[in-house]
Amino acid sequence: MTSTIDQPTTKAAHPKSPRISPAGNPIGFGRMPRKEDARFLRGQGRYVDDVTMPGMLHSAILRSPYAHARIRSIDTTAAAALPGVQAVITGETLATLGLAWMPTLSADVQAVLATDKVRFQHQEVAFVVADTKYIARDALELIEVDYEPLTPVIDAKRALEPGAPVIRDDIEGKNDNHIFDWESGDAVETERVFADAEVVVTQEMLYPRVHPAPMETCGTVASMDPVTGKLLVYSTNQAPHAHRTIYALVAGIPEHKIQIISPDIGGGFGNKVGIYPGYVLAVVGSIVTGKPVKWMEDRSENLMATSFARDYHMTGSIASTRDGTILGLKVDVLADHGAFNGTAQPTKFPAGFFHIFTGSYDLQAAHCTVKGVYTNKAPGGVAYACSFRITEAVYLVERMVDVLAAELKIDPAELRLKNLLRPEQFPYVSKTGWEYDSGEYPRALKLAMEIAGYDELRREQAEKRARGELMGIGISFFTEGVGAGPRKHMDILGLGMADGCELRVHPTGKAQLRLSVQTQGQGHETTFAQIVSEELGIPPEDIEVIHGDTDNTPFGLGTYGSRSTPVSGAAAAIVAQRVRQKAKIIAAASLEVGADDLEWDHGRWQVKGDPEQGRTVAEIAMLSHGTLTLPEGVEGHLDASVVYDPPNLTYPFGAYICVTDVDAGTGAVKVRRFIAVDDCGPRINPMIVEGQVHGGLADGIGMALMQLIAFDEDGNCVGGSFMDYLLPTSMECPSWELGETVTPSPHHPLGLKGVGESATVGSPPAVVNSVIDALTPYGVRHADMPLTPANVWMAMQGTPMRTDLAVT
Amino acid sequence: MQVSISVNGAMHTDEIEPRLLLVHYLRDTLGLTGTHWGCDTSQCGTCVAWLDEEPVKTCTVLAAMADGHRVRTVEGLATAGKLDPVQEGFMSEHGLQCGFCTPGMMMTARHLLDHDPDPDESTIRQAISGQICRCTGYENIVRAVRAAAGHPSQPSGRSAADPASDGDSTVVAEPSQEVPA
Repeated sequence: MTSTIDQPTTKAAHPKSPRISPAGNPIGFGRMPRKEDARFLRGQGRYVDDVTMPGMLHSAILRSPYAHARIRSIDTTAAAALPGVQAVITGETLATLGLAWMPTLSADVQAVLATDKVRFQHQEVAFVVADTKYIARDALELIEVDYEPLTPVIDAKRALEPGAPVIRDDIEGKNDNHIFDWESGDAVETERVFADAEVVVTQEMLYPRVHPAPMETCGTVASMDPVTGKLLVYSTNQAPHAHRTIYALVAGIPEHKIQIISPDIGGGFGNKVGIYPGYVLAVVGSIVTGKPVKWMEDRSENLMATSFARDYHMTGSIASTRDGTILGLKVDVLADHGAFNGTAQPTKFPAGFFHIFTGSYDLQAAHCTVKGVYTNKAPGGVAYACSFRITEAVYLVERMVDVLAAELKIDPAELRLKNLLRPEQFPYVSKTGWEYDSGEYPRALKLAMEIAGYDELRREQAEKRARGELMGIGISFFTEGVGAGPRKHMDILGLGMADGCELRVHPTGKAQLRLSVQTQGQGHETTFAQIVSEELGIPPEDIEVIHGDTDNTPFGLGTYGSRSTPVSGAAAAIVAQRVRQKAKIIAAASLEVGADDLEWDHGRWQVKGDPEQGRTVAEIAMLSHGTLTLPEGVEGHLDASVVYDPPNLTYPFGAYICVTDVDAGTGAVKVRRFIAVDDCGPRINPMIVEGQVHGGLADGIGMALMQLIAFDEDGNCVGGSFMDYLLPTSMECPSWELGETVTPSPHHPLGLKGVGESATVGSPPAVVNSVIDALTPYGVRHADMPLTPANVWMAMQGTPMRTDLAVT
Repeated sequence: MQVSISVNGAMHTDEIEPRLLLVHYLRDTLGLTGTHWGCDTSQCGTCVAWLDEEPVKTCTVLAAMADGHRVRTVEGLATAGKLDPVQEGFMSEHGLQCGFCTPGMMMTARHLLDHDPDPDESTIRQAISGQICRCTGYENIVRAVRAAAGHPSQPSGRSAADPASDGDSTVVAEPSQEVPA
C-alpha cells in the first residue's frame, strides 16, 4: 500500500544503525547504547534519596487512618519533647504562614496538612523534622490526634445522592460533591445518527483506579539558605520549571531565588508531575529549622496518597449498520477525582484529552459528557502514562468495538479494518475537533495480524474451544494525541506549553544542549544528543545534554504526556538547524565564497562542485570564536536558542494483538503472546523506542489483570502496599513481539511523533478483549479490570465484580 | 551496638542502632547509594545485595545480622575498573531505563550466572521474579543476562517498510529465536 505520506518528510529515511563518521564515531539516528548507563550500571546514579547536604535533617509525615473524620485536636507535646526532634508542624502552624492549603493543577485547593477534617485515608496531618529518619518515625507515634469519624463517600455512583456527606465543606457554599460537567461533540447530531441506526449496543464499564508506582517513591531535599534567601530544592519531579513557578506563587519566594533540581529520577509515569504536600513541608521544615530537610515517602505513602490515575465509570453506546459500518459513538462518564481535584491537564480540558474517544475510526457523529465528583479517596486522576486520559478513551472505544463485533458476530479484526480511517483521509478532523496529522492505520493492523499469524490463531482457538479450553485473541487499535501543546489551546495554571532549548557549540566543536524537559529514564541524554548529531554531524558522545536544573536550563513545562520528543525534540532539531545556518555564513566568510555557493554534507559545509573546499562544524566553531572577520550583522560564537510552540499535537498510533489462555477451573489468565506494531514516525534510537514499548506493554498486563486499588465501606484502601497492589513481574510478561510502520508527522521538523505512553495507552484493551474473547463460550460480554482470577471466575458465573469496591 | 562488616572487600566497623536496616547501613552509614530502597515489604527487590554468597533483600535484613559477614553491592560488581559481563550485558541489551531497579537486578543476575553459566529464558525469568522493574517489561533484562552468558541478541522488530529501502530496517526474528527458551 502506498500513499502520499508513505515516505518521511525528512531529507532521507533514517537508518536503523547510525552512520559512522570518518573518525569512526556513530552519527545521528540509530541504535546505540545510552550515555547515561555508565553511571547507573556502576551504582553511581544520583537520585533524590542519594542527596546529602551538610547538617541535613530528616522528616516524616503523620497520616490519617480515617477516610473522613473531623479533627478535634492534635497534641504534639510528647513528640516535640523526643530527643532529636527539631520541629513538629501541624496545619495550625501552616495556617499562620498562609500555607495550610495549596493550589492544585486543576485550580482547586488541597490541604498541605489537614486543619479541619481529613478527607482521605493517609491524608497528611502533621510533619516531624528530626536528626534521623528513625527518630522522625518514632516521633509520629507520640502525636495524639483526636478524630471524630464521619461517614465517608466511597462509591462514586452515590456521591451525588441527596443527603450524601459533603466532603468539601471547606469551600464556601458547597453543599454537594459535584466538581464539574463537561461535554464534547454534537449531542443533537449524535442522537439523530443513533435514532436512525440499525444496531445500537450499550455497555457500562469502569476504568479502575490504578497507581503508576514508580520504583523510586517521591521525595525532596529542601534547603533554604538563611543568608542569601535562596531556596534549593532537589525533588522527584517531571516538571522542574513549572514547580519553580508554583513555589514562587504559593510561598511568595522570588522566582529567581528558587532553584529546582530534578536529579536522576527512578521512574515517573506521571506520578511526579504535581507538587505534593511533602514537598511543601520539606521547604517549610527547612525555613523553620534553618537547615536542609529531606523528606522521602515510603511505599504505602506513595500508593495511598500520591496521584492515582483513571477511575472513570463509563457508559458507552455505539451505533452501526447491520453489516458493520460504525456510525456513531457516545459515552457518559462519571469521573471520580478523589477528595481534592488535583488532576493535571491543560486548563481548558477538565477531562483531559478524553474526547479523542472516537479513536481510529471514521464516524458520522460522536458526543461525550463527563461529570466529575469528589469522593473520600486520594486526589489525582491523570498520573499513569495516560496522555491526559487517552488511556480511558482508547479503552472505551476499543471495548465498544469488540462488544459490537460480538453483537454483529463479525470478526473484530474485520470490523476494525472496515472502519479504520483510510490514509487518504489525513489530515483528519475528528467529530470532536482533533486534527489527526498523519496515519496509515490498515497497514499497521495488517502487519500485526501477519506477525501474529491471525488466521492460524483463530483456527487454533476453534479447536481448543471444541475441547473446552479457553483461548482468547484480543485486538486494540489506538490513536494517541501527544506533544501538548499549542500555546493558543494549552496551558497549565496559565503557563503555556511551549519548550525552550539552547545549544552552544564550543570552540573545539564539542556541544552542550540545554533542555526544558526532564528525563525519568527515557534516555534523553542520548536521544537528544542524537537529534543534534543528526542535524550537525557531531558525534553524540561530543554533545552533553543538560536538563533538570532550573538555573541551568531554559523554561519549559517538563516531561509527561509523551511530549518530550514532539515538543522539545522539535526544539532541539530547530536549534541545531539554526546553528547549521549560522555555520554556513561563517564557512562562507572563511572560504571567501557566497553562502549560496555552499552545500551541506554530513557535518560539513562545502563548495558546490568543489567539495575539497569545505569546513567541518568543528572548524567553523573555532573560526566563530576566533578572529575571522564576520559579515555585518553576524555575531561571533556558535550558539542558538529557540522557544518551540508546536502547531498541533502529533498522533502516533498502533495495532496490538494479545493472545491469552484462561484456566476454566480457576479463572487465572496467562498472556501467551503479545504483538505490538507501533508507528511513532521515524525513530531516533530504535533500541530506546522498543524498550519504552516493552515497558508499556507490561503496564497493560498489570492494569488489565493485576493492579487492584479498591476501598472498603469505611474508606480503607486495599492496595496500599506491594503485598496487595500486584505489579507484573517477569513471570506474567511474555516475550514481546514488536513491529513498526513509519508515518512521519508532517509538522514536526524531523517527522517524530513520540512514543513514551503508546503501549500503556494501547495495551489494556487488547488484554481485556482477549480475555473476554476467551470467555465467549460462557456468554460473557464484559468484565471490568483488573481481571483477577476471582473476577474472571465470577464473570464465568455471570456475575462479574465491581472492582472499585472492596465489599464482600 | 558495634558491627564489623566486610563490604565489597573492605572491613567496616561502626556503632549502629540495633534496629538499623542493612539497606540504610549501606546507604546512609557507608554512603554506598547504589543499593536502592523501593518498598517496605521485600516485594520489589531494588535493595538486593549479597550477604555472603546469597542475594538478599537488604530492606528486611538488620545490619546487626550482617555482623561478621561479607556484603557485596553493585559498587563491588566491576573489578579493577572493568565492568562485569552482567553490566556489559545490561548496557548492550538496553536492560535498564530509569536505572533504579538495575543494581538489584544485576546482583541477582551475577548470582544466577555464577551457579548456572548458561541459563535459558525461563530460568532467568524465574531468577528475577522476586524483583520488579516498571520500565523495561523485563524483555531486555532477560536478554541482558543472556548476553552476559555469551548470547547477545539481534535487534528485534519487524517493519512494514520495503527491505531494499533501508539496509537493516527489516529484521525478522521471532522472539523465541532471540531468547531461546
